[in-house]
Amino acid sequence: MEFNAIYVIVVREFKKFIRERSRLFSAIARPLLWLFIVGGGMSRIVPAGEGVSYIQFIFPGILGLTILFSSIFSSISIIWDKEFGFMKEILVAPVSRFSVVVGKATSGMIISTIQAVIVLGLFPFIGLQLSFVQFFSAVLICALLGFTIASFGILLASYYESYESFSVIMNFIVMPMFFLSGAMYPVKLLPSVLKIAAKANPLTYGIDALRNVILPMETGRMSSDFSIYSDVLIIIAIAVVFVFVGGKAFERKQ
Amino acid sequence: MKIITVKNLVKTFGHIRAVDDISFDVEEGSIFGFLGPNGAGKTTTINILCTLLAPTSGHASLNGHDCNKESAEVRKSIGIVFQDSSLDKDLTARENLLFHAYLYNVDKSERKKRIGDALSFVDLEDRADDLVRKFSGGMKRRLEVARGLIHRPKVLFLDEPTLGLDPQSRANLWEFITELPRKHAVTIFMTTHYMEEAEACDNIAVIDKGKIIALGSPTDLKKIIGGDIIYIKTDDNKKAMSDIKKVIEADVSEKDGEIYLSSLKGDLCIPVIIREIGERVISVRMQRPTLNDVFLKLTGKEIRDETATPEDNIKEAVRSYRRRH
Repeated sequence: MEFNAIYVIVVREFKKFIRERSRLFSAIARPLLWLFIVGGGMSRIVPAGEGVSYIQFIFPGILGLTILFSSIFSSISIIWDKEFGFMKEILVAPVSRFSVVVGKATSGMIISTIQAVIVLGLFPFIGLQLSFVQFFSAVLICALLGFTIASFGILLASYYESYESFSVIMNFIVMPMFFLSGAMYPVKLLPSVLKIAAKANPLTYGIDALRNVILPMETGRMSSDFSIYSDVLIIIAIAVVFVFVGGKAFERKQ
Repeated sequence: MKIITVKNLVKTFGHIRAVDDISFDVEEGSIFGFLGPNGAGKTTTINILCTLLAPTSGHASLNGHDCNKESAEVRKSIGIVFQDSSLDKDLTARENLLFHAYLYNVDKSERKKRIGDALSFVDLEDRADDLVRKFSGGMKRRLEVARGLIHRPKVLFLDEPTLGLDPQSRANLWEFITELPRKHAVTIFMTTHYMEEAEACDNIAVIDKGKIIALGSPTDLKKIIGGDIIYIKTDDNKKAMSDIKKVIEADVSEKDGEIYLSSLKGDLCIPVIIREIGERVISVRMQRPTLNDVFLKLTGKEIRDETATPEDNIKEAVRSYRRRH
């Protein structure tokens, strides 16, 4: 492990994130729109479950959305780096591709966790009560999920060379991932084909883990779909696979 | 000592043989130039040497390490300035250098000093904490050279280092580059299609369509041309030509009102001619052969002396458009 390299890759991403205020602003605005406008509207027609209202039900999903977008954004920056040449500076350095992937995934994790914590702090406004342990566990899960999604994004980025592919990734990968993650509706109520797709989606387990931690009181149809242990285990396993495959994908020479 | 050894190197992309069986050595501490037109295979060769591309066949080693198999060792020994900028424009000059120092594991106690030295060496101390986005082309290129030296590499690769710069920045940067081997004990491997730059190299490989067509020092290469060309204007060229032929054995011809002849030792030839046709001479000039003449003779075409191809301009325009949106 080349800690100096990982450290400096993270510092660079973080500095750029802080300098780009509009990015932080839109990263916070997006979940707010979903939570209060979509959630607020939908809760008029969706009856409450056994203990939580619809807006409370989608709260973990909105956290997942925040992480999904900011982690993918962060790792997709690799495509920008390729386009503007900076990637070459990294690729000719005596640093293993594995460290580059870990560095980038860690950056995505930190940046998306910061944003998720801000959104998580809104819990009193939707009538939730969270203990310190619940809050802290939710942050941990957010970080874990952030790392996994970021490593997935790196894998994607390693196959795309140009900026134009960005909208393809957004429309055909990121949005379907969100809609098929149980963020807006319980996976157990999905038709069986969609259920299979949802189960193949790493985001599903992250959101389910958050739901386990944040909404333990729900017992009915809006409850979590899997146990917290299987959720966490699956997220970690997926992260390991993505980091490994991502590192290999970067390694290849033409 | 040989710091780079290349043997029968081939690189194909589909049907295109970008590098076609080339072999050469580079002497430690020298400036080695790769001269050729755009698309000749210069950048491909650099990419193989700096471990970014795997060769199709053949062998390349740098500082005793195989460029394909011992990537990590080779990467530690080299610094690179690519044709396109590889700076992060959203970081400051100092931050770019710091990033590099960490990436190359420069010792903590050394980091600050080396970065300070590098900035003063390229005369960018005043701008150290400005975003690179605000830098001119020449400043960026200088910063890249400084960055390439931070980890004290054995070989510094410069891919068209002065491309796209205005004449003054070009001259400044060039002067600075030629001092590097002496000041930093580094070997320079550079590509160029500017003749003046190639002239200043210790050794040159002239490359065209993936093949090396000539290899040697600039002086050696110019011998291919057959020496200096002397131009003489007289009041009666016809008569002068026949008089010159009496004293010198050379092909003497006339073009645009001037007699011209080529000679291996032009400087010794002129006095002989003057003694023979003395009072009738109006003007005499001698031209030393240039590498352009060499290239012309070897390939039958000139190296276009362009700053950027139209395609490059479009690429740059698209990029700057994206940066703004």
